[in-house]
Amino acid sequence: MKSDRHRKIKEGRDKRMALFTFKGGVHPSDGKDLAKNKSIVELEPGEELVYPVSQHIGAPAKLVVKAGDQVKKGQKLAEAGGFVSAPVYSSVSGTVKKLEPRFSPTGSKVNCVVVENDCEYTEVDYEPVKSLEALSKEKILKLISEAGIVGMGGAGFPTHVKLSPKEPDKIEYVIANCAECEPYITADYRRMLENPEELISGMRVILKLFDNAKGIFGVEDNKTDCIVKLKELIRDEPRMEVIALQTKYPQGAERQLIYATTGRAINSSMLPADAGCVVDNVETIIAIHNAVINGKPSMERVVTVSGDGVNEPGNFKVLFGMNQRELVEAAGGLKGEPKKVISGGPMMGFSMLTLDTPITKTSSSILCLMNDEVAEYETGACINCGKCVEVCPSRILPTRIAKYAERLDEEMFVKHEGMECVECGACSYVCPAKLQLKQSIGSMRKIVLANRKK
Amino acid sequence: MSDNFNISSSPHLRTKVTTDKIMLAVLIALLPAAFFGIYNFRDQNAWIVVVVTVASAVATEYIYEKLMKKKITIKDCSAAVTGLLLALNLPANAPWWMCILGSVFAVLIVKQLFGGLGQNFMNPALAARCFLLISFTGRMTNFVYDGVSGATPLAQLKAGESVNTMDMLMGYTAGTIGETSVIAIMIGAMLLILLEVIDLRIPGSYIVSFVIFIVLFGGHGFDGQYITAHLCGGGFMLGAWFMATDYVTSPITKSGQIIYGVCLGILTGLFRLFGASAEGVSYAIICGNLLVPLIEKVTLPKPFGKGGEK
Repeated sequence: MKSDRHRKIKEGRDKRMALFTFKGGVHPSDGKDLAKNKSIVELEPGEELVYPVSQHIGAPAKLVVKAGDQVKKGQKLAEAGGFVSAPVYSSVSGTVKKLEPRFSPTGSKVNCVVVENDCEYTEVDYEPVKSLEALSKEKILKLISEAGIVGMGGAGFPTHVKLSPKEPDKIEYVIANCAECEPYITADYRRMLENPEELISGMRVILKLFDNAKGIFGVEDNKTDCIVKLKELIRDEPRMEVIALQTKYPQGAERQLIYATTGRAINSSMLPADAGCVVDNVETIIAIHNAVINGKPSMERVVTVSGDGVNEPGNFKVLFGMNQRELVEAAGGLKGEPKKVISGGPMMGFSMLTLDTPITKTSSSILCLMNDEVAEYETGACINCGKCVEVCPSRILPTRIAKYAERLDEEMFVKHEGMECVECGACSYVCPAKLQLKQSIGSMRKIVLANRKK
Repeated sequence: MSDNFNISSSPHLRTKVTTDKIMLAVLIALLPAAFFGIYNFRDQNAWIVVVVTVASAVATEYIYEKLMKKKITIKDCSAAVTGLLLALNLPANAPWWMCILGSVFAVLIVKQLFGGLGQNFMNPALAARCFLLISFTGRMTNFVYDGVSGATPLAQLKAGESVNTMDMLMGYTAGTIGETSVIAIMIGAMLLILLEVIDLRIPGSYIVSFVIFIVLFGGHGFDGQYITAHLCGGGFMLGAWFMATDYVTSPITKSGQIIYGVCLGILTGLFRLFGASAEGVSYAIICGNLLVPLIEKVTLPKPFGKGGEK
């Protein structure tokens, strides 16, 4: 019965060979030209680094240092607070100045460890792996979980949890999310061009965990140079494949990516593993490479600083805990007075009140926009035009569901599949009445989830 | 903290398409038909009907919102669209008070009293036309063309007379101001399709199902001239492209739109072939409007990945 279903899905995939996409989606102007051709520049951190203990989905990490402690680069500041959690490491050497709540880029106040940088960068001794072949699966998972790796595309789900499905043998595809479908962001693009070996090495590590899996690099077809490069480099890797995806937002949303690359469709009640898939983004896979091959914890990432509100957009390799203002300064500073500053992409990122927040594991970009398109328009009445229905990748009726959400009508909201929303924001983007559809639906989803936990 | 950037929920980008622009596009798309009608019925001063109807529709919206202390929404052009659509559905010799009465009925009763833009369950212009048609049947069906009071081509067709389909395509026939010229209507419709304001789902399924109905039950079989006459006459094209496609009163689901079009085709065929009057598009569309909630209910799309659970 079940194998029959899988066969059908496989056939479905073959039929879709030419398409590699999903139904719905939007094409916002991508703004990637601003930073696309800027090579990754490594930045020196400033005097003070701030590490929130909660940079991931799950239990906050538990502090293992106290104020006044001397720490080295790569030393643990906080340990995992449970299975679904991740430790946090110091990315510089110095003194723990204080432990206090501070604003995170998402706008909430989180307990943070503040470390004064002694600018010596004394590191702990890492243990690079001698041979990947000799490592057991348990050891690899242990290394990944100890390194504090979480989904660095923005979701922040602890990676070792993703990589520990109940039945690892049933995983057939490990999908590298190389779509980077958010406008403006070019960090993954630069990573694929400049560090493709690390990406492939990380993929090799993950494939070691799943004996029956094939590795797929799903790249949007606006990054042809990456596709060519990756294809060339995996020529001798029988278990890896590069798939060019249609350029469309939200191509990099987990469910849409799985569908585009494998033809398998999952809903809100399922995990990728239910469809035999594991999905990780470029930066995360590189962090896996660093953790397992070099023995280094997750301490750095590439961040795109872009938008029409910065003087010299670019891509920067930075340490976690650095102040976002330092990155903007490195990008030539603000151009005039931007109206909006976003942590992450313009479609799913968080607008920030201030630049004085730290770079975290999930900071993929800092966008400074001179115009706030949201504030420019007044919201009006829904005229039932159906544009939101057309673009919704979850194939639900956003405008109707948003109405139930505004009335706090939980029953109708769930009945009309409001929980299937992936909060991509395509509906709010296209709405001619400029309604905040995603915001209404998203808030209601949180209420429903909270009520379910009760 | 010196910064004070704007905060809002994602997404932070918006398309440039707004409700106002969509309504303006519809208004512009109606202009070829309006100008042709004004020219075609210049001997009866059709321009007065058009101006009075549009102006009174906009004025009704303004006065109602002013009195109710609501936000004035005449800038969104929706009242103007309603007024123009109504005007195009009136005979050129309609008296001025009928134009005003129709506009007030459309904007005040059908639209505003149900909650304003987006809330009406019937197309306001069509509901007003039907209201006038029932209340003032004589005046509404007294079509004068070239100084002669006579039947519309569709009425002639129903009576078994032959009609000139070329004149019907061009629009040199009796009828309401905006319904006669298929060419002018199609120019506007093409514009709306190019601007992606409408798509072919509703008009396409409406036209196809109507033609099939006519072929099956019209008694003329597959008679090209008979079918063309039916398609070009009685406001069919104006209804199919401009009124059946009204967002507010048509289904939001894609499959629902096709079913809706088919319903309209069948209803129009029923009214025309088996009803008392020769027309039927207006009645078919407002009946179709009433079916919309039901159609939507049975055509809810299957969410992505539903049914794939173990």
